[in-house]
Amino acid sequence: MLSRVAERIYWQTRYLERAENTARLLNVFSNLLLDLPDRTIFGWDDLVRITGIGESFASQYQTADETNLARFLISDPCDVSISTMLAMARENARTVREVMPTEAFEGINELHYHIQSTAGQAAERSARNEMLEEIIENCQRIFGVLAGTMSRDAGYAFIRMGRALERADMVSRMVDAGARKLFALPDADPAAPGYAETYQSILWMNVLLSQSAYQMYRQHVRRRVNGEDVIGFLLHNEEFPRSVNHNLTTIRKVLPKLPNHGEVASLVARARRELEKSRAAELAEHALPQQVDDLQIRFAAIHDAIARTWFLPKGGK
Amino acid sequence: MQIDWQSYNSGAFHDEMIAGPGMPRPIAAGLAGYLASLDERALDEKKLAARLAIKTMGISFTVYSDGQNIDREWPFDLIPRIISGREWETTRRGLEQRVRALNCFIHDVYNDQKVFRDKIIDPALILDSVNFRPQCRGIEPLHRVWAHICGTDLIRDEHGRFMVLEDNLRVPSGVSYMLENRRVTKRVFPELFENHEILPVTEYSQELFDMLASLSPRKQAHPEIVVLTPGIYNSAYFEHSFLAQRMGAELVEGSDLLVENDCVYMRTIGGLARVDVIYRRIDDLFLDPVAFNAESVLGVPGLFGAWVKGNVSLANAPGAGVADDKIVYTYVPDFIKYYLDEDPILPNVPSYRCCNDAERSHVLANLDRLVVKPANESGGYGMLMGHQASAAEREEFAARIKANPRNYLAQPLISLSTVPILGETAAEPRHVDLRPFILQGADSYVTPGGLTRVALVKGSYVVNSSQGGGSKDTWVITGAEDAVAGG
Repeated sequence: MLSRVAERIYWQTRYLERAENTARLLNVFSNLLLDLPDRTIFGWDDLVRITGIGESFASQYQTADETNLARFLISDPCDVSISTMLAMARENARTVREVMPTEAFEGINELHYHIQSTAGQAAERSARNEMLEEIIENCQRIFGVLAGTMSRDAGYAFIRMGRALERADMVSRMVDAGARKLFALPDADPAAPGYAETYQSILWMNVLLSQSAYQMYRQHVRRRVNGEDVIGFLLHNEEFPRSVNHNLTTIRKVLPKLPNHGEVASLVARARRELEKSRAAELAEHALPQQVDDLQIRFAAIHDAIARTWFLPKGGK
Repeated sequence: MQIDWQSYNSGAFHDEMIAGPGMPRPIAAGLAGYLASLDERALDEKKLAARLAIKTMGISFTVYSDGQNIDREWPFDLIPRIISGREWETTRRGLEQRVRALNCFIHDVYNDQKVFRDKIIDPALILDSVNFRPQCRGIEPLHRVWAHICGTDLIRDEHGRFMVLEDNLRVPSGVSYMLENRRVTKRVFPELFENHEILPVTEYSQELFDMLASLSPRKQAHPEIVVLTPGIYNSAYFEHSFLAQRMGAELVEGSDLLVENDCVYMRTIGGLARVDVIYRRIDDLFLDPVAFNAESVLGVPGLFGAWVKGNVSLANAPGAGVADDKIVYTYVPDFIKYYLDEDPILPNVPSYRCCNDAERSHVLANLDRLVVKPANESGGYGMLMGHQASAAEREEFAARIKANPRNYLAQPLISLSTVPILGETAAEPRHVDLRPFILQGADSYVTPGGLTRVALVKGSYVVNSSQGGGSKDTWVITGAEDAVAGG
């Protein structure tokens, strides 16, 4: 497989997965904030942090409110909007059509055109919700087509790696956001007994929802939703396909399909050890965010090694 | 609407399907009868089926977009064009003969140049051509073949006779349309395929693969064949991708390749992999910035040198375009005689060379009745259609011819044949040409039929898709029906 083709398949997948994750985040945020009485504790500015768009957002908008964020993250021509990501996914897919099932390319193509024509309505809440649902559904369908019709060759290995790394990264961001809030909770307010507990519960429920993890979590953990369990589930659960642990395992499993995978394999192993450390450190105050930061650095290192190994092979003058 | 062949009239033009009002030609009788039997509803259903089939595949055509991502409608007409198998057999031999002679000529030009010594053609006409590559002198490609893939444009005159209009030897395109047209027709008229013996076209990609494999400099079971494309913004990118996919070859861009020690490698996830054969879909001058255009960013530095050393094959070979020139075209019948000692099976369109004094005088005196073409343009650019041009335009063209006679040739206006298309309210006659594709490596192959291009605008002769042209499926029919047609 050509290095260029491998690189484009990988990026196509990351963009697609990122578009889906952004749609999930926006969707959940809209609902979460409707449920939270006190926006000073949790608000749209948290979305700015989770998505890591701080500076570029601030250069375009004064306030982090619903309308501005929806525009910025859905329709604006900035690097991080869903419409840009879908355009990038399509641009990458277009050049590697010959290695992918036609139906998958057609799905990406149609989704791109569809969002191009509807993204203008991003500011309006009901149209937006429908649009976000469509994006999530279509991304799921495209991955379904790939899973159902593509040979488990090197190309598919890059799809799985791209998706797994993107997911692991996004889940870790969500855990990070939740954990930061957890430790910043106000002390129990005598005027509103039980408030902190309710707030926590809503917050974590939405973190789960953003990862489509609520139902699976419920089956796995049979008690009231709480931070400790949610973090444990999203980071360590073996079976849940969006957990960090599961996605690192996915990468480890596809590596034997690819030549010269030694460096990437050892970095994945190191990330798994990092993950184990965070299990022990779980609720040690302030330690978790640090652990998550470390994990993210590991993910970036895995990406760099992937690029070094397969996208820029040695040789040439 | 329902088709009524009684009211179909192609006038003075030779119609390939309907000889006169209500009289289908024997070879097309089955098709004509079937089409006339469809009532309005059935015909509408067929049209819809074709539109749906095209839409589904049409997604593949979004890349025809000049970077604008515009979906261009694929202009396709439902009614297939029919050619008799017996007539095609002669045409096929004529095309093979032609490409053999052209390859002998190209090889001679870059090697012994006997053709000049024997005064068959004036050396100046060749050595001054913009398509002559002095860098290619003394090279001997495998099988002595330079033009491996040739698209020769054929027309029929008012008597229905096939004539050669031009030979495309650089990077001829359109074969993917030929294949897609057949796919659409099969979906729309499956019943017709049961009742006719239609020669299949689908083996083209296999034939292309085998031909390319026969060019491999390394003798091994699985030579590495790649298709070299200028990239996604090229208007023929769809075809590059399509052919690569069908052949199971890698579709590479210049940046995927590199040359070390005069061997070509591609960058893969497993490291560098040696490349044996490159089906290049970029022009000579962009192939290698070291050998040709230094500005080219599409090419691969050192590629030409690797080819000269015989470590990689290029199809078509650099320099093959020297025979893709409208002046050289006029000599092809002479080449057939000279190199093969055979009589040409397919005639040229009669042509006047403006570099010849007597012929030029004739051209200048008859500009209002001739078509004048520049020697080296393609796509119908820079032509003068004498009968349509104004006096001022003719005068201006006359001046151009006098200033650079080598660069022009003139031909009488041929009354192109017609075939029916499905119009809004009736079947209507439209002019067509035909581009068969000829492969030559160790063996040769000609597509049965080829790509039929049709001028969808009434009365128009322009078949180019950018200017209102469309295309049709082309059936070469053998068996019983052919016997009827022949008898």
